[in-house]
Amino acid sequence: MRGATHAKWAAGAVIVALAATACGGGGSGGGGGADGIVSSSWGDPQNPLEPANTNEVQGGKVLDMLMRGLKRYDPKTGEAKNMLAASIDTSDSENFKVTLKDGWTFSNGEKVTAKSFVDAWNYGANLKNNQKNASMFAYIDGFDQIHPKSGSPSTDTMSGLKVVDDKTFTVKLNQKFSTWPDTLGYPAFAPLPRAFFDNHAAWLSKPVGNGPYTVDSYTKGSKLSMRKWAGYMGEDKAQNGGIDLKVYTDNNTAYTDLTAGNLDLVDDVPASQLKNVKADLGDRYINTPAGIIQTLAFPYYDAAWNTPNAAKVRKGISRAINRQQITDTIFQKTRTPATDWTSPVLGEAGGYKAGLCGDGCDYNPAEAKKLIADGGGIPGGQLKISYNADTGSHKEWVDAVCNSINNALGNDRACVGGPVGTFADFRSQITQSKMSGPFRAGWQMDYPLIQNFLQPLYYTGASSNDGKWTNADFDKLVDQANAETDKAKAVSTFQQAEGVVRDQMAAIPLWYQNGSAGYSTRISNVSLNPFSVPVYDQIKVS
Amino acid sequence: MGRYVIRRLLQMIPVFFGATLLIFLMVNVMGDPIAGLCGDKACDPSTAAQLKKEFGLDKPVWQQYLTYMGNVFTGDFGTAFNGQKVTELMSAAFPVTIRLTIVAILFEIVIGISLGVVTGLRRGRPVDTVVLMLTLVVIAIPVFVTGLLLQLLLGVEWGIVKPTVQPEAPFNELLIPGLVLASVSLAYVTRLTRTSIAENARADYVRTAIAKGLPRRRVITRHLLRNSLIPVVTFIGTDVGALMGGAIVTERIFNIHGVGYQLYQGILRQSTQTVVGFVTVLVLVFLIANLIVDLLYAVLDPRIRYA
Amino acid sequence: MPEPYDDGAIAGTGAGGAMDLAASEATTLERTPGGPQGTGPAEKARSLWSDAWRDLRRNPVFIISSLVILFLVVISLWPSLIASGNPLQCDLAKAQEGSQPGHPFGYNGQGCDVYTRTVYGARTSVTVGVCTTVGVALFGSFVGGLAGFFGGGWDALLSRVTDIFFGIPVVLGGLVFLSVVTSSTVWPVIGFMILLGWPQIARIARGSVITAKQNDYVQAARALGASNSRMLLRHIAPNAVAPVIVVATIALGTYIALEATLSYLGVGLKPPTVSWGIDISAASQYIRNAPHMLLWPAGALAVTVLAFIMLGDAVRDALDPKLR
Repeated sequence: MRGATHAKWAAGAVIVALAATACGGGGSGGGGGADGIVSSSWGDPQNPLEPANTNEVQGGKVLDMLMRGLKRYDPKTGEAKNMLAASIDTSDSENFKVTLKDGWTFSNGEKVTAKSFVDAWNYGANLKNNQKNASMFAYIDGFDQIHPKSGSPSTDTMSGLKVVDDKTFTVKLNQKFSTWPDTLGYPAFAPLPRAFFDNHAAWLSKPVGNGPYTVDSYTKGSKLSMRKWAGYMGEDKAQNGGIDLKVYTDNNTAYTDLTAGNLDLVDDVPASQLKNVKADLGDRYINTPAGIIQTLAFPYYDAAWNTPNAAKVRKGISRAINRQQITDTIFQKTRTPATDWTSPVLGEAGGYKAGLCGDGCDYNPAEAKKLIADGGGIPGGQLKISYNADTGSHKEWVDAVCNSINNALGNDRACVGGPVGTFADFRSQITQSKMSGPFRAGWQMDYPLIQNFLQPLYYTGASSNDGKWTNADFDKLVDQANAETDKAKAVSTFQQAEGVVRDQMAAIPLWYQNGSAGYSTRISNVSLNPFSVPVYDQIKVS
Repeated sequence: MGRYVIRRLLQMIPVFFGATLLIFLMVNVMGDPIAGLCGDKACDPSTAAQLKKEFGLDKPVWQQYLTYMGNVFTGDFGTAFNGQKVTELMSAAFPVTIRLTIVAILFEIVIGISLGVVTGLRRGRPVDTVVLMLTLVVIAIPVFVTGLLLQLLLGVEWGIVKPTVQPEAPFNELLIPGLVLASVSLAYVTRLTRTSIAENARADYVRTAIAKGLPRRRVITRHLLRNSLIPVVTFIGTDVGALMGGAIVTERIFNIHGVGYQLYQGILRQSTQTVVGFVTVLVLVFLIANLIVDLLYAVLDPRIRYA
Repeated sequence: MPEPYDDGAIAGTGAGGAMDLAASEATTLERTPGGPQGTGPAEKARSLWSDAWRDLRRNPVFIISSLVILFLVVISLWPSLIASGNPLQCDLAKAQEGSQPGHPFGYNGQGCDVYTRTVYGARTSVTVGVCTTVGVALFGSFVGGLAGFFGGGWDALLSRVTDIFFGIPVVLGGLVFLSVVTSSTVWPVIGFMILLGWPQIARIARGSVITAKQNDYVQAARALGASNSRMLLRHIAPNAVAPVIVVATIALGTYIALEATLSYLGVGLKPPTVSWGIDISAASQYIRNAPHMLLWPAGALAVTVLAFIMLGDAVRDALDPKLR
């Protein structure tokens, strides 16, 4: 009887909720701040906001507004275009001469000179400064001295960097790397003013850069207000009065705030809300490809996974995953089934090749079952896909992948999800090589080059080769491609290397991730760049 | 009285050390915090080693603990991984959470005790049954369901309140989160008061008061309620600590940047300094609240004396 | 309140320093020395229980809640009696679909049958609730009983340890203890809840042992030279156990709800375990689109919790002579 009362109560509430959903919808004119200010969702950056210390998208967002480097990736095409650089010349793919444009200053009035770059890069590479992106400078000659494998650095400057005059500096790399200039749009390569070095604490509490915005106020952990900088030299001047970034712990809450009109822009619409976006936002929702690919990586340090037969099993698993259905249902088409190991944002010329995976990525339960049986079955009898449970709603797709595999194999316990409580714990299990089965691997490109999708992930001993996969043919092809001065040739050599990854099914490609964002009626001209970061400077406020 | 208080304060010292040690060990068990700092990439080994050295993580745990405690006594609670001082985090988070707790406690006192008195005096009547049902339902539903449902209905669908709380967290925005946070305790307070009132209503002193011809109102407030409040006060007192630290779910739903939020962030990022610092303060709050509750007994019940 | 012991007069007031309502409610029944019955101690204890039983048999609340619990136990043991499907058999093509013939509760976000999962989830949730309660009650009464009985230094030590465990935030504990566990069984979750749940019972047990200890018949037994263990087991325990039972039945429901919260935070039970907590936390994100996914497991949870709370309520009322 009491149960019935309760059920009625709950049912009543739900009916009311449904009715209200039907009538509600079209959000009110957003509750941003003052005139011309856009309020946007944000996550608390994990590290201090130093350019070479920022390796996640939340801090990257801020740097993208605050800093401009030698190059900048075109928000639409992803092409690396000169920003502060007038030219970057080389004759041998190893020695580069960088010339700067005239007239750029930091927002505190200081001029941007060759020294601003060289000092910033030396700071970023120096082991003493604990910069988490120090390895971005690893190609520069002298990196091994400033960032030794063990012990303390023997120098404070990299021998490969030389200031010629105010406008010019030269870079010597420690190997041939023809597309190196295209990596320079990465935020770690931004110039830094003297204020950064002279009064570091003050700079951190209110960063100063040379970008289209300046920091107005920064309350760590809750809000960062940025205002348009009138003195900005670039052509991509801010089209709005400023951006207020508000910290949310949960992207669901941010979305709720957007629908209630308290927020102008949410750049990460949670999967569970995707079904509502049409009703809530109408056409104020964007869903564009980003340079992110999700894969399942395997622990090759585990002997069971490192056999020729295991490659068959991996291919079988890959074929047991109904990517189309999962991306349609769970992700509401904000992911696209992957058919290679790169990303469509690279474009055909950049190295993306649809269908490179071949039948290995085609859903075929019967073939899958056969391949897995041929390969001797799943090592250990049960597949446990590890993921971190604290961020990113991974549970839903992992469960869906497992159900797909289970259905294909006709065994409802063949695959289970293995949640790990925190991201830190998940990562530490990976770095300590403690994984016993496949685990979630997401790769967001640092720069739009095919090299960035292959070398860091599959090259022997590379920084993000979490599964410790190693293959001599692959390594050889990558070396060859890097030395190639002709871009088209380099790309096709990289694709050959990718073919090795395919034949071994080194990692199972799942899907390409799109960037998705929703916005209020107050703002327009919203777009996402290939890094799934909103192009803030172009947003217009009505 | 004074001696009693001093004895209780002295006993807090071992509890304080025990709790901090326990939390310290717990956070350490969770594994390597540095691994989570480099996103989906692995930190390069030399940077990882350097970071460990900087945060003192390369030392044995007992040595880390001693260093940490030594710093705490000089007022230095350490630094979180994003470079902020833990004391800075605390001064931002505690005012917000204290406001939220005050709202929650007020709900408990005002609604909980009123409902308790009403139902206690009308034991077995329809109003009693209805309230009883409601309290049971509230206890039976997980807080996050209550929170999400109220947020959806009041904040989004009906637009009565803002669904989330601004960083400044003014009192009026904390009403709904406060109600959600208080909901389970509210139900407990109601039932506690009800039982207590029902029991004491038959006590001799109440009968005497009524026989004396005192007005009903005065009997209830001065005699009955005052004597019935002891278990309620006990509960609310111990609840203060629980509410402040236990708001993790509520603060997450309503995006409140208080203690629960900082604690949750600290836990997720395995920042020993943040977690131990916040929990230490919470344990202190908890102990002091307990002490105050015990002292309040003497106020409420003149028969109780402390030696 | 004569005897000075560690926490001053707390226990003497009957409030027991207890966090839980029923603790204080229940301990009050112990301070009725020389009550209306005025009979001897042993006889009183027996009549208390038999009176209570006579009361309970006539109480509709008790009968209904017992039947609900009985039903839950039966479907926990033999879920296939009322659900023919397989809770792990899911078809993504049917995700979030509503009620339809043969699938009265519809499908969840993964396309699994909600009815089957709700039925199969009962086993886990009831196991979690019952085992946690038993563990907490045994360990809590042991520690609390010792503290209350021996008093002095023992009491101070054990009470302070209790305080320390009280101070640990549940989420921190959950993330720490449960994130290192890889097992997908229910035992780690139960173990964790016992670890953080026992202090509550310990306090209550301590309070009621202290109260019982002061009773004349215990003093008499002591004077007659009874050993500590005999006093504790024969005289004190039977008179101090009632509040523990009462609080435990109420807490049982909250443990089931806590498992849901742990799942919401991502550290609860792991698949392929089927539980209400897992389903509720998964469904809570879809509260707008597909409320049926939330309604059924949450409804089942609420009914279960209600049944146990009402049982506890009825038992408490029956045990309290003053409320008769």
